[in-house]
Amino acid sequence: MRVLAAMSGGVDSAVAAAMAVDAGHEVTGVHMALSRSPGTLRTGSRGCCTVEDAFDARRVCDLLEIPYYVWDFSNEFAEDVVADFLAEYAAGRTPNPCLRCNENIKFAALLDRAIALGFDAVATGHHVRLRDGVLHRSVDAAKDQSYVLAVLTADQLAHSMFPLGEMTKQQVRADAARRGFAVAAKPDSYDICFIPEGDTHGYLVDKLGARQGSVVDALTGEVLGEHDGFFAYTVGQRKGLHLGRPAPDGRPRYVLGIEPVSGTVIVGPASGLDVTVITADRVVFSGGESPAFPLRTVAQLRAHGGTVRASADLVDECVRLTLDAPIRGVAPGQTVVLYDPGDRFVIGAGTIIRAG
Amino acid sequence: MTYLDHAATTPVLPEVVAAVSEALSKTGNASSLHTSGRAARRRVEESRETIAESLGARPSEVLFTSGGTESDNLAVAGIFRARRAADPRRRRILAAALEHHAVLDVVENLVTSEGARVTWLEVDDFGRVHADTLAAAIAEDPTDVALVSVMWANNEVGTVNPVRELADVAHAHGIPFHSDAVQALGQLPVDFGRCGADALTVTGHKIGGPTGVGVLLLRREIALVPLVHGGGQERGVRSGTLDVAGIVGLAVAVRDAVGHREERAAMLARLRDQLISAVTNRIPDVVISGDPGQSLVDGGPSRLPGNAHLRFPGCEADALLMLLDARGIECSTGSACNAGVPRPSHVLLAMGLDVRSARGALRFSFGHTSTSADVLAVAEAITPVVERARRAALAGTRRR
Repeated sequence: MRVLAAMSGGVDSAVAAAMAVDAGHEVTGVHMALSRSPGTLRTGSRGCCTVEDAFDARRVCDLLEIPYYVWDFSNEFAEDVVADFLAEYAAGRTPNPCLRCNENIKFAALLDRAIALGFDAVATGHHVRLRDGVLHRSVDAAKDQSYVLAVLTADQLAHSMFPLGEMTKQQVRADAARRGFAVAAKPDSYDICFIPEGDTHGYLVDKLGARQGSVVDALTGEVLGEHDGFFAYTVGQRKGLHLGRPAPDGRPRYVLGIEPVSGTVIVGPASGLDVTVITADRVVFSGGESPAFPLRTVAQLRAHGGTVRASADLVDECVRLTLDAPIRGVAPGQTVVLYDPGDRFVIGAGTIIRAG
Repeated sequence: MTYLDHAATTPVLPEVVAAVSEALSKTGNASSLHTSGRAARRRVEESRETIAESLGARPSEVLFTSGGTESDNLAVAGIFRARRAADPRRRRILAAALEHHAVLDVVENLVTSEGARVTWLEVDDFGRVHADTLAAAIAEDPTDVALVSVMWANNEVGTVNPVRELADVAHAHGIPFHSDAVQALGQLPVDFGRCGADALTVTGHKIGGPTGVGVLLLRREIALVPLVHGGGQERGVRSGTLDVAGIVGLAVAVRDAVGHREERAAMLARLRDQLISAVTNRIPDVVISGDPGQSLVDGGPSRLPGNAHLRFPGCEADALLMLLDARGIECSTGSACNAGVPRPSHVLLAMGLDVRSARGALRFSFGHTSTSADVLAVAEAITPVVERARRAALAGTRRR
């Protein structure tokens, strides 16, 4: 097959490209330029966008003796990932930009262009297994990335290759070292790539302006204080509320909700965070067809951890989940991914619109 | 392999390889006073004389540098600083809007860090600077101009400028004139004495010579502040141990380029025209940028004989480049940023094109190793490549 290896400049995509070469495919390495003004030093954000990352990807392609190109997706990235990220925060929701990037850039703009230019598939360094069109969790549970890929449609998955699914991160690094890749010991990326120094709050204030408002007690309706931007708050957050005085019962208070129009941040006791029913729209079934509902599932609510057993039903094209046990810190805008009851493979995914 | 990117760099001539290898095997710093030092110096001076003779210059006007970028920087910054030191009012630089970055960026740097001012000279739709444009720009205030810099032939679209006319306009006001002749040498009749320029940039690797060695031709009477300070080599203008082997190789390449220019230019023009008609027959809506090449400028062709700059509507240039590369055909999209991302060409934008029209532009450039087999290879590949690139561009717009 003619395979396009999407190469961030990190160790995972380097080894993924190498595995595709080993498997006998005709591989071309492509680094996506996502930033309109790529940084030149590895300050803060890591893992993509910088000139050094493009350089690292190029050096791996040299060793693999495969062609290497840089494709510019900075406009698509600005519109479909960064603008979406800001709009979601402005609407009081908590988006996951990496997921949107997979959905709209890597497995959409990049994949479409690759197919149109004669490639058969796009290979990435995600830790996930694809078996008969179904996404299975990686053998390395700690590095599993099926959550951020669960929004992909069957058609997108049909043109995707994930060569690392059977490897642990440790094995990937050892393999990179064995192949002589300079990126073998390159640190993992955790930050959001377009936010310098990992300072999401500062970035949002810079882009959206300070959006002042009141901090209101959920139980009494009393105004407890003022804040300088509601997007600094996430449902479930305890630290940084700056309320000055403790609650009458001395228990910690948490952000329970955000009303973007008035800019009001609602706080209250931990019990107010407990969620047992979740509704999600924009539902995607990675197998292509809707399974028979109602069904039993393991639901994952965050990129790392946050799984809970639940019963799921499909109502008006939305998934309605009833959790076996309450879970805390669920915010609209987050993605919920449904796994089989054995928590091994993805059934589908949706975007949370209500939680209570 | 079909190599059609000679404007980026040329294959090194076998006789250059031989001359450089032989020179590398000999020891000697050209500044040393002993026997092997004198022998090295002799090789440098003989090379200087060869180059001077080939280019219509005096040996003392030949200054060796590391190549085109250094020569451009040295001329622009060096003359600017000398002129301003002599007369603080002289801080305006006149340069063509489609100069190579080696000129553009040093001008911009002088503006930001040394109080220079710049008047970018407008070009016509072919990318040519006219004498009246320069005259009008000087007339704004002839007393504040430090220097004029206009390239001899544009590296992207191949349009030739009327260097002698432009130099005359500058000289009428006593203003020094620099020209970047990197692309012109070997394809156009380049004669330093005749062209009237006070400073001329030349480099080795565009004419079958080594990379990393070039020349600034500089008239004796032009004052210039050096960029590099040290041992005082090259009339004190360019310090640094002389690269004897590179200089020897450069002389061989310059002599070859000038000696074979006429027949080679005719061969290049023939191949270029074959390529243009082969592509036009297959892709009827292709557009040729730059001067059509049918007229004369100062007795030479109005377009570089080896340059074919073609725009393919509805295509992204980087897709075209990749698809051609996969078929063994190498060409260029123009400029890219340091991460390798293709950028809309400042040359095409200066010629009045919008970003959209500038997008699907490819440069095919012929050189001393080119043959009609190269044209055939492009003719065979171009239809499927353009069709595929168009589908890919549509796939991109459908999603938006």
